[in-house]
Amino acid sequence: MMLKATLAALLLIASPALADELRGTGDLGLIVEREAGSLLVVDRSERAALGRIEGLGDLSHASLVYSPDERFAYVFGRDGGLTKVDILTRQMVRRVVQAGNSIGGAISDDGRLVAVANYEPGGVKVFDAETLELVADVPMGSKTVGIADAPGSRFVVATWDTGEVWILDHSTDAAQPAVTKLEGIGANPYDALLTGDGRHYIVGLFGEKGLVQVDLWQDPPKVTRFLPDYGKDLPDLPVYKMPHLQGWTLAEGLFALPAVGLHQLLWVDAADLTEIARTDLAGQPVFALARPDKREVWVNFAPPDNDKLQVVDVLTHEVLDTLTPGKGVLHMEFAPRGREVWLSVRDEDRVEIRDTRTREVLGEIEARAPSGIFFTDRAHRTGL
Amino acid sequence: MARLALLLALLAGTAVAGPPDAARQDQLRHLVRQDCGSCHGLRLTGGLGRPITAGALAGRDVDDLSGVILDGMPGTAMPGWRPLLTEDEARWIADYLLTTETE
Repeated sequence: MMLKATLAALLLIASPALADELRGTGDLGLIVEREAGSLLVVDRSERAALGRIEGLGDLSHASLVYSPDERFAYVFGRDGGLTKVDILTRQMVRRVVQAGNSIGGAISDDGRLVAVANYEPGGVKVFDAETLELVADVPMGSKTVGIADAPGSRFVVATWDTGEVWILDHSTDAAQPAVTKLEGIGANPYDALLTGDGRHYIVGLFGEKGLVQVDLWQDPPKVTRFLPDYGKDLPDLPVYKMPHLQGWTLAEGLFALPAVGLHQLLWVDAADLTEIARTDLAGQPVFALARPDKREVWVNFAPPDNDKLQVVDVLTHEVLDTLTPGKGVLHMEFAPRGREVWLSVRDEDRVEIRDTRTREVLGEIEARAPSGIFFTDRAHRTGL
Repeated sequence: MARLALLLALLAGTAVAGPPDAARQDQLRHLVRQDCGSCHGLRLTGGLGRPITAGALAGRDVDDLSGVILDGMPGTAMPGWRPLLTEDEARWIADYLLTTETE
């Protein structure tokens, strides 16, 4: 009897995680190990790593999205690889190298289509989420940035070289998307975000000052330029890493936006797109993420200030805390209800877990040069 | 004129400092991989920025490249790294890029 139990336990340990161990995935996540080309599967409740999925190629700047059942992830690698992994069995399910150089992707609101934004060749390719077979290929003649899923099987993307926004509508015929192209958006869009309600697509410009909002509720979509001359009076500082916009968040009717070439956070009234305040920061902001309760915005930085984090009060716009988790703080991911935050500290090969209120370190996980951290609750959010 | 200033600065830099020591070389290799890699790719095969593998840079020289590293390329997203690097370090990186086979 005893022997049997021991054997059973041994079997469990020896075999790769079996899906029929019956566990939920709502507290799981994936951490990108960019140099090793692997993913670390983590358990938020245990604050521990469960295992690794290996062999995903060049994962610099990799991002991923989740299937609606929170079991599968689609990983977008720099080398054009699109990989579907099963986080329960911790195995690669399928992998295609679909382009020469990719920057990100999105999954449609019905979970059936996965779109990849490519630099080389420039454009978007759309795949069947089940099989990873190519469904649609939309060349755009430019590097593409800021791809997001909009309600109704649509994808929105901006073009770096040509300054356009393209809306692909796959709702009628997945293979022949209806394309709406908005030209003259501005010089060198470098990233974009879609608000959680799927209405406003906001594009950051590198080639000129200002930002652009596209209102997708209007037909045709309405394009509004805002903050056309922020920082005109200040010298441009070098940008050693492009800001990311996916974390820009609407908090208290305000957008908190990382400035480009200024060490500032810009606060913009979401209703009329006017600037209402600025916060001086410790460096060039990369991510400015609202804690899920929207009470604070957490900011990390480009080199040489990428050892720091700053926490900014949404009501007063003042910096509340400056933290120094360690060298190369690349990404932050909040627990869905905001109780803790996970930080990848690339150059120290670890992920640090902090209480978002006391700021105390709650735990640490070893990881090989970690970058992006992605919890499964992303499966149910629009615009990621 | 700018070119002359750069040349003088380069010469001055060479006279004052020396080539980076072994520890600093490690840091510079790390910087190339991680920070240049932000735009040019971890394997330097390109991203928002163009590929900067030895093959892609064939025909360029150290002076030319170290100038780009230090002062950036106006009108593009390439920033000048002068606030973070000495001229000798930029030359070391230029040479490293031109002579290292990336995987």
